[in-house]
Amino acid sequence: MSSGEKQRVDIDTSRRHFLVASASASLVMAFAPSVTLAKQEGAAERVNQKRFSPTVWFEIDTEGKVLVNIAKAEMGQHVGTALARIVADELGANWDDIDIKHVDTDPKWGYMVTGGSWSVSTSFQMLSQAGAAGRIALVEAGAKLMSKKPEQCRVEQGFVVCQGDRTSFADIVRKGEISRTFTEEELAAIALKPSKEYSLIGKASKALDIPEKINGTAQYGIDVEIPGMIYARPIVPPTRYGNTVKSVDDSKAKSLSGYIGYKVLVDPSEHLHGWISVLADNYYTAIKAVDLIKVDYALSRFNQIDEQAVQEHARTLIQDEKKGALLINDGNVSTAKAQSKQVIEAEYTTSTVSHFQLEPVNATTEYKDGKWIIHTGNQWQSLTLPAVAKALGVTDDKVVLKQYYLGGGFGRRLFGDYAIPSALTAKAVGMPVKMVFTREDDSMFAQPRSSSVSHFKGTVAEDTSLLAVEHTISSGWPTLSMAPGFLAKGLNGEGQIDMFSASGADHWYSLPNHKVRVVNNSLANETFLPGWLRSVGPGWVNWGVESFMDELAHANGIDPVQFRSQLLDGKGKQAGDIPKNKNGALRLKRVLTRVAEKAEWGRALPEGEGLGIALTYGQERTMPTWVGVAAHVKVDKQSGEITLKKLWAVTDCGKVVHPDGAMAQMEGSLLWGVSLALHEQTKIENGHLADLNLTTYSPLRMDNMPELDIEFVESDEVPVGLGEPGVVAVAPAVGNAIYNAVGVRLRSLPMQAETLKAQLI
Amino acid sequence: MIEFKLNGKAVSSKADPNTPLLWVIRDEIGLTGTKFGCGVGMCGACTVHVEGISIRSCSFKLKMAKGKSVTTIEGLNNAHPLQAAWAQEQVPQCGYCQSGQIMQAATLLEANPNPTDEEIVQHMQGNLCRCMAYARIKKAIKVAATNTSSVQYFDPRSNADEGVMS
Ligand code: FES
Ligand code: FES
Repeated sequence: MSSGEKQRVDIDTSRRHFLVASASASLVMAFAPSVTLAKQEGAAERVNQKRFSPTVWFEIDTEGKVLVNIAKAEMGQHVGTALARIVADELGANWDDIDIKHVDTDPKWGYMVTGGSWSVSTSFQMLSQAGAAGRIALVEAGAKLMSKKPEQCRVEQGFVVCQGDRTSFADIVRKGEISRTFTEEELAAIALKPSKEYSLIGKASKALDIPEKINGTAQYGIDVEIPGMIYARPIVPPTRYGNTVKSVDDSKAKSLSGYIGYKVLVDPSEHLHGWISVLADNYYTAIKAVDLIKVDYALSRFNQIDEQAVQEHARTLIQDEKKGALLINDGNVSTAKAQSKQVIEAEYTTSTVSHFQLEPVNATTEYKDGKWIIHTGNQWQSLTLPAVAKALGVTDDKVVLKQYYLGGGFGRRLFGDYAIPSALTAKAVGMPVKMVFTREDDSMFAQPRSSSVSHFKGTVAEDTSLLAVEHTISSGWPTLSMAPGFLAKGLNGEGQIDMFSASGADHWYSLPNHKVRVVNNSLANETFLPGWLRSVGPGWVNWGVESFMDELAHANGIDPVQFRSQLLDGKGKQAGDIPKNKNGALRLKRVLTRVAEKAEWGRALPEGEGLGIALTYGQERTMPTWVGVAAHVKVDKQSGEITLKKLWAVTDCGKVVHPDGAMAQMEGSLLWGVSLALHEQTKIENGHLADLNLTTYSPLRMDNMPELDIEFVESDEVPVGLGEPGVVAVAPAVGNAIYNAVGVRLRSLPMQAETLKAQLI
Repeated sequence: MIEFKLNGKAVSSKADPNTPLLWVIRDEIGLTGTKFGCGVGMCGACTVHVEGISIRSCSFKLKMAKGKSVTTIEGLNNAHPLQAAWAQEQVPQCGYCQSGQIMQAATLLEANPNPTDEEIVQHMQGNLCRCMAYARIKKAIKVAATNTSSVQYFDPRSNADEGVMS
């Protein structure tokens, strides 16, 4: 991470003011742009402090329409709707008057990132305060217009109402000369609505982004058109790193009508090694031209690496006690193992998987008025923009990222490396360039979820104080390659850990003896760029943890639900340490109990069928969502074929701001979980993804959809995100169900019929 | 130059006759509601109708559209019962697959106003939704089917005194 990156402008949330002021033809409400350079604190600390929340800015026009600016990427979670509802509820606006706008990059928005289910959770308090402050200013102005005292007035559906009189927000905006500043202290002193008085939060509503997504007018990055632009398709090198172009032969392409030529790209930011950009006046010609151009590369050694080599490397690292860093070391695992009856061991693995977001990556670049304008859908503008600036050799203020709808994010659009070749091409040709990756190009330039190996040793012991789990995990680390400033320190400050690749191991079960070591699979990081894929680490960590929890329960002769329940005692560190995770273990126990009850845990099922249960606390301990999942599977004993009949999910995500949106997020994320548990798989072959398109890569389709039964726990706790947690409890629930159905323990993802069949015989 | 009808209007293209119809519609004519996902006919994001039949425009050459009538999502004019059902059921997540889903579903209802679950799955199987909004897609198709088939039409060939259920 460059020093420029470390000094990202950040909103100093401790010193902000909120302004409500008349501007030309509108009333603007915004946090004062008290943009300061971040204090000299590490990026990881900033994330822990959740200091990256963007400012809030909304305005009311003379028609009473409220425009809420959203500094978050819309990628299917209807984030603008949820955020706008929080503002509108406190403001007292009429929901029909609300509109949202997804904004482009600008330092005034503060740190811009959308991911990890953070949006609603980190913004709730600030948005509520902003809405409430706006309401107070409107009431004061309205009261004055009606010659009343503010105490005699309240707001209602876009009106200020004072003892029988009323005036609309629109009138106030038209007539009022408002200038009101709220200090931080005043903001904090505003009493926010108790949840029973909410008129919008938690109530049914339609998402504001949906109409455009139904009639074809929603604009995604790939839909951008700039006057005078030409089209480009990249020739992506055989592997991510270390290749150089020796020679290019485009003689065959020259006969194509519309073919313009090619450029070998030189990238000062060093994200691209050995890239060529092929240009044409239409995209089809660019596609064909790439297929006709011959490139001779000096290949890197990574062309030899395959999935097995990566996995073997992980195993070697796991065996070496000196490698990696400790995340947890409670009690004494060695003593417990030595004194217990028996030690059970298991290795869990996951294969490489791809984001396969449906819109292939793309970016359109133009140079205008001294600035590089990049049109592209992106989740982490504050990470992407400096990289693009560095590639172009300009300062950050010379680059603007224009935001569009994302045709799926899932983490692939966090670091927008795809903007770099577009920008470099536009610079090289001096014209606006629209670069679109074909699906195969997109896959060659993927940021796949690294494969992983997790090793467990657990004790079988009559004396519960001897219960022990030793857990070692190795995988590629996305954060190491893309945002190393966000790496965490290991236990006692020793070594480094990518918490995005370790979360899930620091779970809420009280284990008297518990040791977790996390090791980066260096070969994975050298060969390809491991990506943050929806929920990241818990996707593989929780697969192991929740499956092994069942193994341990069975080995110790206790029912898995009861076993978990006993360990969720909420004692010591498991009581939680911040408001968001207070009573964490107990909230998890509650969803466990409820989901077991819903699935009728313990009931008799036909031969070859079984129920399984697994839990997750979502993304991380400090940003938890409590989910219990039960799966009902049927196994065909002849073929090993696994049918997932039904999933139950019980979720405690605090207050639900947009109930239908929350339901949709759970439906989608559970099915993602199904896809990763049973369907999706690829591997590293010759240093890149083996499966480049749907001809061989098979995400879940409609026919394999199980029945879904989803429930939310009623709660007044702080709202937390939902995009991720549904994904990660499905696989272990299914694995545990398969074990209960046929007595076979599957330990690799995805779970496949052949593997199961082999063990059935 | 190849001429065809797009959403009821006569259009023409000078592109290479082998160009997939998708790029002509999106880049040349500028209707971007039809999406590019896989380019190999396996995701359905690019689904449009040619003479009322749903096809994958990424794998359908311009020359094959010659003289034909092509309809895209824009051609439904926001008036198709499926679009209303899609809004009611709040189907889209990222939305990228949804033009294709709606166009694909439209030909199902055209041929079979009251599809069973199995018929829906069979017809929609080729349309990938990476956000996995399948439960809602299925539900919305059923809602649209119910809404359409309960509309009463007067059938002049019928002997009945009142309008019959269509
Ligand atoms: S883009 Fe045509 S089917 Fe995928
Ligand atoms: S809604 Fe995102 S792909 Fe279907």
